[in-house]
Amino acid sequence: MFDLLLFNLRSQSVKVGVGEWLVFLEGIKKGLVVDLAGLYHFGRAILVQSESQFDAWDLAFDATFAGVELPPELSEALLSWLADAERTEGEQVDVDLDFDELRRQFYERLKEQKERHDGGNHWVGTGGTSPYGNSGRASRGIRVGPGGQRSALAVAGERRWANYRTDGQLDVRDFQVALRALRKLTREGPEEIDIDATIDATANNGGDIDLAFSRAKQNRVHLVLLLDTGGSMDPHARLVTQLFTAAQEVKGFKSVTTWHFHNVPYGFLYEDFANRRRRSIEDILGEMSPSHRLIWVGDASMAPWELFGQHHANPWGTRDQAPGLSGVQWLKRIREQCPASVWLNPDPVRFWAHPTVSAIGGIFPMFPLHVDGIRDAVTALRAPV
Amino acid sequence: MTSFDRFLGADKYIADDALLASVNAAIALERPLLVRGEPGTGKTMLARAIAETLGKRLVGWHVKSTTSATEGLYSYDVVQRLNDSRFPEDAGRDVSDIRAYIKMGVLGQAFQADEQVVLLIDEIDKADIEFPNDLLRELDEMAFSIPELDETITARHRPITIITSNAEKELPTAFLRRCVFHYIEFPDRERIQKIVDAHLPDLNKELVEAAILRFYGLRKVDALKKKPSTSELLDWLVVLSRAGVDPEDIASRMPFIGTLIKREKDLEILAQRAKHGFGVS
Repeated sequence: MFDLLLFNLRSQSVKVGVGEWLVFLEGIKKGLVVDLAGLYHFGRAILVQSESQFDAWDLAFDATFAGVELPPELSEALLSWLADAERTEGEQVDVDLDFDELRRQFYERLKEQKERHDGGNHWVGTGGTSPYGNSGRASRGIRVGPGGQRSALAVAGERRWANYRTDGQLDVRDFQVALRALRKLTREGPEEIDIDATIDATANNGGDIDLAFSRAKQNRVHLVLLLDTGGSMDPHARLVTQLFTAAQEVKGFKSVTTWHFHNVPYGFLYEDFANRRRRSIEDILGEMSPSHRLIWVGDASMAPWELFGQHHANPWGTRDQAPGLSGVQWLKRIREQCPASVWLNPDPVRFWAHPTVSAIGGIFPMFPLHVDGIRDAVTALRAPV
Repeated sequence: MTSFDRFLGADKYIADDALLASVNAAIALERPLLVRGEPGTGKTMLARAIAETLGKRLVGWHVKSTTSATEGLYSYDVVQRLNDSRFPEDAGRDVSDIRAYIKMGVLGQAFQADEQVVLLIDEIDKADIEFPNDLLRELDEMAFSIPELDETITARHRPITIITSNAEKELPTAFLRRCVFHYIEFPDRERIQKIVDAHLPDLNKELVEAAILRFYGLRKVDALKKKPSTSELLDWLVVLSRAGVDPEDIASRMPFIGTLIKREKDLEILAQRAKHGFGVS
């Protein structure tokens, strides 16, 4: 009878395994759940394993049981009425209806209602004693929008866990956790005593203590950040700064270097744009080793001539002309030299159907700039190339 | 309804419905409870509160970055035995008896206890990334084997297991699937008032109110790297009342701010804001 919940969860991409589902059913059989609020808490504890999925759980639970879910255009109009409404005092009225009935009538009444309504006892609105709407006094009812007096049936509709989703916003710490997975430990630190080897050696030695040493583990990954700066990247400046801060603060990388470019690198990479300190890409490539990992950050969208042509724009509003390679050829050249490169794109994936984005996506594996995206990117970087 | 020990909250531990539901689900289903949340939301305290209210012994395993899974099960002191075999006269125990050199770890002790215990695995995320995976079978079947003795230790009474994590590292999915999960939110003003009342019942009401107001003001400053937590608020309140600070003073300046804000950078940020007249409340 809970199949619908399972279905809704999976459609919210909460991957509920058979094991947990059986445990969930077992718990219900054991009588751990006595009401809908209990089911909400119990189900979440068993079926969801991260606060980042609590929001998805709320949505699925909502879709299955409550019915606070409305068609988006309808709920938006309702919310705007409710948002600037004044509260009115009303008497508490007990509406003794079962929930399905209430829900059915709610939709019916919405259909009848043609305009905004505050107070009174019939229409959907604010205050008043109708069981539908916000801030009202009916003890059972459907609340539209957040806040007001809490009704257990509608907790899921609040979506208070929306901020915890990992496919949305993120902070420096999240970046750090993701980047830390990039460390690769090898034995090249200072010498320390190796107990296991010592025991083996001692045993082989007929019981006379024979000390063995080995080197401590150290990380040898060099991290190189290449940041698209200025222009269409300005709105993402904060996000990029966070990534930059995180990369600087993650301990254990052999080195962290940052280079800047505008839209697409073209012969040179800049230490910083302010005083135009730059180095030629050929020089930089000469220093790359197999332990270098490149992370590009950029929206990859620009005028096609910048990527494919011989000219390109610089952040000072003029055009540089460099003979030889076009932007796309430079990118390919870097990729050949450093196969361990990924591209992080701060634009949402739905904007990626742009000719220059797909061209760059064909050169570097491209991932969205959020926690899940970085995690995937790090996995791609760790894979042997 | 099957009966089992129910946790209904404790005098000093204010739990909400969601937490109670999770704890009782974990007890009834005999699964470990994984508790996550910001530092200072009382994750470790929870295990203590459960043990206290259910009248069970608490066995704590405080995980460090160097902790390995086998440490919690048992350790076999090979080096000692090797040494004893060279100098049997000083050994004081029978070198041929392996058992004399096997010492039970925290999990081993919990499994062998005569009655059900509350097992706390604290800050599991501190250890190596593979650590939780190494404990899968142990937590699933509540059993482990000792190859040296060719024996399997099975829990006489499955312990009530509470695992805490600061969410620093991602825990492996296989591990998560075996746990009941709960995320402790930072308490809202109403609940923090209850927590303060439970811990420090005799404080001046005005003082507490002013301090809580200030405390939430501080937590709203996004620039702070380490936001003050519940335990720090409690410390601050104790200091304030011992020093006899006037509630009015809390609003105008911030006495003993060092109890709340521990990072020098954060203090600088606050000083800067005060200078520019942003205030913090």
